[in-house]
Amino acid sequence: MKDEFIVSGSPHIHKKNSISRIMWAVVISTVPAGIAGIIIFGLDALWVTLSAVIAAVLTELILQVLTKKKITVLDGSAVITGILLAFNLPSNVPLWLPVIGAVFSIAVGKQIFGGIGQNIFNPALVGRVFLMASWPKYMTTFVKPFNYDAVTSATPLAALKEGKVLEHISYLDLFLGNRGGCIGETCILALLIGAAFLLIKGYITWHIPAVYIFTTAAFTYIFGGAQLFSGDWLFHILSGGLVLGAFFMATDYVATPLTIRGQLIFGLGCGLLTAVIRIWGGYPEGVSYAILMMNGATPFIDRYTKNRVYGTK
Amino acid sequence: MKDLVREFTKGIFKENPTFVLALGLCPTLAVSVTVANGIGMGLAATFVLLGSSVIISLVRNFIPGKIRIPCFIVIIATFVTITELCLKAYSPVLNRALGIYVPLIVVNCIVLGRAEAFACKNSVLSSLLDGLGMGVGFTIALIMISGIREFLGSGQILGHTLIKGFEPVFVFGMPSGALLVIGLLLGLFNVLKNMKS
Repeated sequence: MKDEFIVSGSPHIHKKNSISRIMWAVVISTVPAGIAGIIIFGLDALWVTLSAVIAAVLTELILQVLTKKKITVLDGSAVITGILLAFNLPSNVPLWLPVIGAVFSIAVGKQIFGGIGQNIFNPALVGRVFLMASWPKYMTTFVKPFNYDAVTSATPLAALKEGKVLEHISYLDLFLGNRGGCIGETCILALLIGAAFLLIKGYITWHIPAVYIFTTAAFTYIFGGAQLFSGDWLFHILSGGLVLGAFFMATDYVATPLTIRGQLIFGLGCGLLTAVIRIWGGYPEGVSYAILMMNGATPFIDRYTKNRVYGTK
Repeated sequence: MKDLVREFTKGIFKENPTFVLALGLCPTLAVSVTVANGIGMGLAATFVLLGSSVIISLVRNFIPGKIRIPCFIVIIATFVTITELCLKAYSPVLNRALGIYVPLIVVNCIVLGRAEAFACKNSVLSSLLDGLGMGVGFTIALIMISGIREFLGSGQILGHTLIKGFEPVFVFGMPSGALLVIGLLLGLFNVLKNMKS
């Protein structure tokens, strides 16, 4: 029967990849950053992450049962939303905060639009921005790294915004995550390990992250300093949520452009907006807003970067 | 009789100005921070709707078709001025809270919409009921939206704290929260409508 002639419509090339396979791979790729977060901020980070993941999964399950949709909770997409949301929270938040954030992410950010594949914005970032607008007090109090009894400290970017002098934070400290910040964003090394895994497996491409980071660096180099062309671009890459955002959230399959050209524009837009918010905006950090805004622009980018169909003009 | 009842009730659910026709969203977004503001705005708009619908319906046969909109505006503006002066005299606090949105009732699309779509074609009695129904529907919508927003955004209803230790969700006190609440309620109305049919 093997050599039977099969007649079928396209696509003819099949891969073993499926939604759940890719989503679980992304979950695995976030593990190093999660472990780094726990090492840096203590077990609080673990509880925050776990409560966000559990709340996200339960919300998805309940909504799918209520709306009588197919139950797709095991595909891992709710798990990854929960993890990415928790990565964007400080480790010392009360545990109801990640729970409400995750419920909002899944309910309003994803299921209202029709579930997986339909959301126009990255659900995890929707949750984060909602929490940021609702309880700014909790969202902007960060603990000092390696100091498990909640001594608060400003993030390097917040300190920069307030015009304070940055003391004793070397690039190596920033690279390894020895600074105040959200759970998953501080340890650049761990994030890069996870990103490398995704890139090697081919689940994400380099276009969006590379253009995104490069644009932010270039823009902060030109305008970030006291004079033109004197900004501390390496500092801007290593601080804040840029690496986390560029590799794990700006590469969301659903809410980003389909074509390579579109993805380059998307990365460029994200980079410009991030740098503009960081340099001139009211908030110290602009990664989540930049990505959400470009998510909103994605349908237009897609419309103007359609590939030419062969044989047409 | 049945028709007249229907003229009144259609504004409350079937053709609710906010949730079904999606008219008058600008004042809805702006004043629905507290329930008191919502009720005040709703009643002011109801009064204007009622008055303008009746008068326009009375003079509908004398207004030349080409200049009907300016005529409507003059009639509506009369009632808005009455409302504004009354508010200033008897409830200066509410007047200050509603601010520019009271004079802006003149160009509220619900009022002009009912004048154009209903009052200038129908009898006085049905116009009156139509205006009243639309006004009540608008008020109910405002109370729903502002109730949700005031409770979540500040933990209070009409200035009374309901739950102690409740940490208010600031976003619902902001314009983005208004858009969120209106969007979700609009969706809910559509779900209910689909269930009915």
